[in-house]
Amino acid sequence: MTAAVEAVDVRRSYQLDGLAVEALRGVSLRIDPGEHVAVIGPSGSGKSTLMHLLGCLDRPTSGTLLVGGRDVSTMTDAELAELRNRTIGFVFQSFQLLGRTSALDNVGLPLVYRGNRKAERRQRAAAALEAVGLGHRLGHLPGQLSGGEQQRVAIARALVTEPSVLLADEPTGNLDTRSGAEVMRLLARLNADRGVAVVVVTHDPEVAAMTRRRIGVRDGLVEYDRPEVAG
Amino acid sequence: MRAGEAFRVALDALRANRLRSALTMLGVVIGVAAVVILVALGSGAKQEVEDQVEGLGSNIIIVVPGKFEFGSAPSVSRLTLDDVDLLGRVVGDRDRVAVSVASGETVNVGRRESFVTVNGVNESVPNVFNRPLARGDYITATDVDTRRRVVVLGSSVVRRLFRDVDPLGRQLSIAGVRFRVIGVFAKVGSTFGVDRDAEVHIPVTAAQRLFGVDRIDALAVKAPTADSVAALQPKLVAALADRYEGEEFSAVTQTQILGTIGRILGLLTLVLSAIAAISLLVGGVGVSNIMLVSVRERTREIGLRKALGARQRDILLQFLIEAVLLCVVGGLLGIGVGVGSSYLVAALSPLPAVIAWWSPVVAFGVSAAVGIFFGVAPARRAGRLDPVVALRSE
Ligand SMILES: Nc1ncnc2c1ncn2[C@@H]1O[C@H](COP(=O)(O)OP(=O)(O)O)[C@@H](O)[C@H]1O
Ligand SMILES: [Mg+2]
Repeated sequence: MTAAVEAVDVRRSYQLDGLAVEALRGVSLRIDPGEHVAVIGPSGSGKSTLMHLLGCLDRPTSGTLLVGGRDVSTMTDAELAELRNRTIGFVFQSFQLLGRTSALDNVGLPLVYRGNRKAERRQRAAAALEAVGLGHRLGHLPGQLSGGEQQRVAIARALVTEPSVLLADEPTGNLDTRSGAEVMRLLARLNADRGVAVVVVTHDPEVAAMTRRRIGVRDGLVEYDRPEVAG
Repeated sequence: MRAGEAFRVALDALRANRLRSALTMLGVVIGVAAVVILVALGSGAKQEVEDQVEGLGSNIIIVVPGKFEFGSAPSVSRLTLDDVDLLGRVVGDRDRVAVSVASGETVNVGRRESFVTVNGVNESVPNVFNRPLARGDYITATDVDTRRRVVVLGSSVVRRLFRDVDPLGRQLSIAGVRFRVIGVFAKVGSTFGVDRDAEVHIPVTAAQRLFGVDRIDALAVKAPTADSVAALQPKLVAALADRYEGEEFSAVTQTQILGTIGRILGLLTLVLSAIAAISLLVGGVGVSNIMLVSVRERTREIGLRKALGARQRDILLQFLIEAVLLCVVGGLLGIGVGVGSSYLVAALSPLPAVIAWWSPVVAFGVSAAVGIFFGVAPARRAGRLDPVVALRSE
């Protein structure tokens, strides 16, 4: 089976005041289609950097990154943009919704870059919002929604393109425990129902416990990678 | 992304900051309006002078002593009435040669007085120039030969000195000497606020005595056809140069006068428009500035759009359209303001204004070009933003 995304000895360093900061120091991992994974590690361990690489928002300094079996290092920026649009869905800690735009049009935004017409965008966005239980909030602006609802809008936006991988960076970080748990249950359900691979980046072991596989990251390296809850 | 979609996104962004968009546009509005107004005034001035020169008549050659130059003081003239016969022989018809000796004098009727241009002329003036009479008769050859003290009045002289009284047959004094009114010119109007009807014509012989001179200032010859103008011009100069050795004379045609005036006014218009264009440039810089602010404010939005699949050119297009919209809408408003103000100036002041068809078209094109020119840098900056950095920015 072809991996949904695969990293082989991936490194990423930043130049900071002339000094090279190694955020990732040789990470290899493979996410298969339909997996439900948590990437867990303390703050500053390189989780977000890893997620940006897996999502093709960034390129590794060295190493190989394969998305759907294709080596992304040979692809142009425009091709990467299309790859993101077709195969990756992002969910961010701070929701990243457009404040003056309705939930419906926020969710339809990725389809704009596919050239879909408004009617089709709205129809598919409405279906995605329905799937996250927000069928009754289509016309609301982000400011008129609770934090949990906003994150569900963001999840609908990630799903509307029917990606093969959904990458969520600290999706519960800005939420209270109850809405956080709700969001995690929603992600689990979408993973089970739709077969979309879900990768949740978190520093919170309780959140990580709601997934089937956990990858521990520390100081830019994979510390452990195991399928069941430790201890 | 569809172009229509980019357009809608840009429009939304402009609407989100209505006041800022309006103020930014104002710079472009003022710049475009200034260009349109100044071009209109320049074209109007040119048109009016051209109409006037053409309205004089056709195929006219003016002969003056010295070099003919705009703005330079006229040379002291040694031309005399005998030169009418000389040039008459060159043209082959004495009736095609008009003369003029002019001076500003005070004229009065009783206690009403007025300062006017008194033009000493011969009977050929109506043959050469297009200067119709409203009433009465023009000066005749006999009037000139017998130095008769008769006068033909411009319409505003009549209005000032005679009011509602019929001036024909009545007397008026020019520099203290009494003349009898025999005719009244049809009204010609004013140019740049200068009244062209404040003029009187008297026989050249009477004028020479009145002014105490023997000379005449200039001769005007009407060529038989338009084609003969060019050939006649050097012959006239040569004939005079023959008679007055060592003196210089010039003959200028209407076409040459029009050309000179056209160049002067064209240059003037160009300089004024260039000054106005600077304000358009400043408006463009304002647009560029606001677009940079807009890109900075929306850095996170740009990062998000890129994460969701926007390519560099999608983002670039979105911001470029925004800048062009600002300029084009500003430009259209500026054209409206410019055209409106031009007509207002023309209506309320002696300055004429002519809106050439190309002026709004060019103004529109220029404002769109300003939008592209000043929008490209901010739009490229937006398009090139690294999505990770953009998403992390606050
Ligand atoms: N753009 C950047 N420039 C310099 N250093 C960076 C940059 N992004 C991340 N880093 C550094 O890389 C390391 C990993 O960061 P990150 O991936 O955000 O960690 P995490 O998400 O696990 O908290 C940190 O030390 C961070 O300071
Ligand atoms: Mg992080």
